Amino acid sequence: MALEDFLGDNIFVTKLNDIASWCRKNSLWPMPFATACCGIELMATGASKHDIARFGAEAFRFSPRQCDLMIVAGRVVMKMVPVLQRIWLQMPEPKWCISMGACASSGGVFDTYSVVQGIDRFLPVDVYIPGCPPRPEQLLQAVIDLQDKIQRTGTVLGSEFDRRIRPEGPRPLALEVPQELQIVAPGNYASSNRLVPGSCHNSQANLLQGLSGLKGENLS
Amino acid sequence: MSEEFPPVLQALAEAVSAEFPGRLLSRTSFRGNLRFHVCPDKAHEILKYLKTRGGFGMLVELSAADYLQYPDAEDRYGVWYCLLDVENGRRLIVKTKANDPDPTLDSVVDLWEGANWMEREVYDMYGIVFRNHPDLRRILLPDEFVGHPLRRDYPMRGKGERHNFPVLTRAEG
Amino acid sequence: MALKLADVIAPPADVREKDYLWTLNFGPQHPATHTTLRIVLNLDGEVIVNSIPDIGFLHSGFEKLGEHLDFNQYVTIVDRMNYISPVANEIAWHHSVETLLGIDLTPRCQYIRVIFSELMRLHDHLLCVGAAALDLGAFTAFLYAFNQREKINELNEWASGQRFHPSYTRVGGLQRDIDDVWIGKLRAFIKQFPSALADVTGLLNRNRIFLDRTRDIGILTREEAINRSVTGPVARASGLVRDLRKDEPYLAYKDFDFKVVAAKEGDCLARYLVRMEEMRESIKIISQAIENLPSGPVNASVDERMVLPNQLSVYRSIEGLIHHFELFMTNRKWKPPVEEVYAATESPNGELGFYIVSDGTGTAYRARTRPPSLVHFALFNHLAQGHTISEVAPILGSLNIIAAELDR
Ligand code: SF4
Repeated sequence: MALEDFLGDNIFVTKLNDIASWCRKNSLWPMPFATACCGIELMATGASKHDIARFGAEAFRFSPRQCDLMIVAGRVVMKMVPVLQRIWLQMPEPKWCISMGACASSGGVFDTYSVVQGIDRFLPVDVYIPGCPPRPEQLLQAVIDLQDKIQRTGTVLGSEFDRRIRPEGPRPLALEVPQELQIVAPGNYASSNRLVPGSCHNSQANLLQGLSGLKGENLS
Repeated sequence: MSEEFPPVLQALAEAVSAEFPGRLLSRTSFRGNLRFHVCPDKAHEILKYLKTRGGFGMLVELSAADYLQYPDAEDRYGVWYCLLDVENGRRLIVKTKANDPDPTLDSVVDLWEGANWMEREVYDMYGIVFRNHPDLRRILLPDEFVGHPLRRDYPMRGKGERHNFPVLTRAEG
Repeated sequence: MALKLADVIAPPADVREKDYLWTLNFGPQHPATHTTLRIVLNLDGEVIVNSIPDIGFLHSGFEKLGEHLDFNQYVTIVDRMNYISPVANEIAWHHSVETLLGIDLTPRCQYIRVIFSELMRLHDHLLCVGAAALDLGAFTAFLYAFNQREKINELNEWASGQRFHPSYTRVGGLQRDIDDVWIGKLRAFIKQFPSALADVTGLLNRNRIFLDRTRDIGILTREEAINRSVTGPVARASGLVRDLRKDEPYLAYKDFDFKVVAAKEGDCLARYLVRMEEMRESIKIISQAIENLPSGPVNASVDERMVLPNQLSVYRSIEGLIHHFELFMTNRKWKPPVEEVYAATESPNGELGFYIVSDGTGTAYRARTRPPSLVHFALFNHLAQGHTISEVAPILGSLNIIAAELDR
């Protein structure tokens, strides 16, 4: 006798991981980290015509502590990276990140002194959306793809994240500028609006590893 | 390509030259832009005169350029003040200059409050210091930034400042 | 030399001994800032004693890029400056470039540019009003406004191929001419727009919460507006009646019959009402322009070797090909005079001007933007002092700060 016959119609059997992922993927709560033009398309996605609510992701929350999906929409510049990282750290696990638009993914048309050439150099990213700006349909597709990914890889305790202890993005572009020309902002990290190195656990090692091309004495 | 100054501005220019002898260096015009070039040491007084006597009540725009690689340029920085006479709709551009090693000008915040942030931006981008400015801090770039990015000798891709951040991995946070 | 932020946040001397003042960080990631602004507020209970705006969280080096890209390339960057009214920026940029080069536009091009500027005014004001209402809790008005914005995006898309950042203008002309389908779409849009606007008006104009939270909030007097270089709808709401479309007519604005909207009160409500009324005037201009649209070419005379030739002549004739090539070769391009020029247009947000310093090459030596948002955000402390925290949102909403234009 098969188990299904025994349990009847109202009970089904599945794995705990699957059911947890199924719940999570259908109620993503996005944190709109909207900095620039892409943010307006993000608003358009949430507004009348495109209506992201159809995919269970309409509950935009501006407090990172209530969210599990960060949508970085727009370029992130050097003054904003510490803010971005801090917000990412404040989000509870499990969490995912969508990098929306050419700027967030690669710097886009802004190959200048202040624009970070892709947030994935400093932050883990799950889905990238091309386009400048991406159409709302593309954002919806990214949400669907992310749901797919959550279903495939999710575990109930989030242990799939534990193994990913190395930076996943390209290394910082430090080698682009000759050593003698580099200015590694020599300010006081603690008092400025940058993140304090070592404030998040085990980031010190990554910091030194990621920045080995830069001058070391400013990192202490 | 010089156009005639309207009589009012001509009279004003004469009055300025009479009041500040030798400080009004020249007058130029191009496609409707009328410009007074003035000496930096009396720029503040001349602007004050233009505001109180000339009726130019509004400062529309204030910014600067670095003429380092400009053909036949003599001075390193040029600063312009675009003035507007709100009642009569007249415009006038006052240009002055500054030079290394310590480019300094008098602040015009006491004349027009609107100059406050524009001067801070010029200080941030070019390093021109405005004397008597109430709050001369960097405005767009972080406080600890070194250098002035809109100077011509600053590379467009920067000097590594956009790479100087800790890298977060998936396992933390 | 540079002061530390901590020194400046200290309250004015007369209240310094009151040790119960506290400091609140507003932003840079806050829903009411729409994008990225940070304001450090000094509070007495919930009353704002002093506020220090801290900007630059979106400083991406636009002006530096302007020194490296030629007159036609830079238009794609300018687009991204005020991203809620992109074509208005393009028109302003190319207005300055054409002033520098001394190009006269064809009547048809002028009319099409007028139509686009006014569409962008609708685009901007819809978002400004909708988002300001959203911050005050009126979500429906936001949905109605975005519905109309989608329609304008479709018009952009049909005309240029991109719905959000069309990069539609070129030196001396446009990327391409508009066609009859587009005109039909525009007519349909004009027809339904007034009733949609009436919906938004109906939701807000007699809405008690909206009125209470905007009336007499953030008052700007005419004298202060002049002193603080304010332009555009914010200035007109304070009784400073200046509109470059009337005062220094550029493009074909002198052909049209429209009114300059102004108010006396200078509070958030007045700024909202001025914007709503301006949309009605814009629709009037668009309908006049589309009915009287001149025929003829959209690009200025090709003989001057400044305007890109059209696609057909590039593919079919040797002159066209050479000409196209010349404008794209790095050592040819345009030959502007070695001069500098400031030219401004009335963008939806205020006076948007470009100061171009040219060294005789096809690339600007210095491309300075005169950003209305920077000037308007500098007002913030003046407007917010003495109000409560909850009034920060309506003040920000009524000033319509666009972070990318603010920080460039
Ligand atoms: S990708 Fe394009 S639309 Fe998005 S923020 Fe960057 S410039 Fe703006």
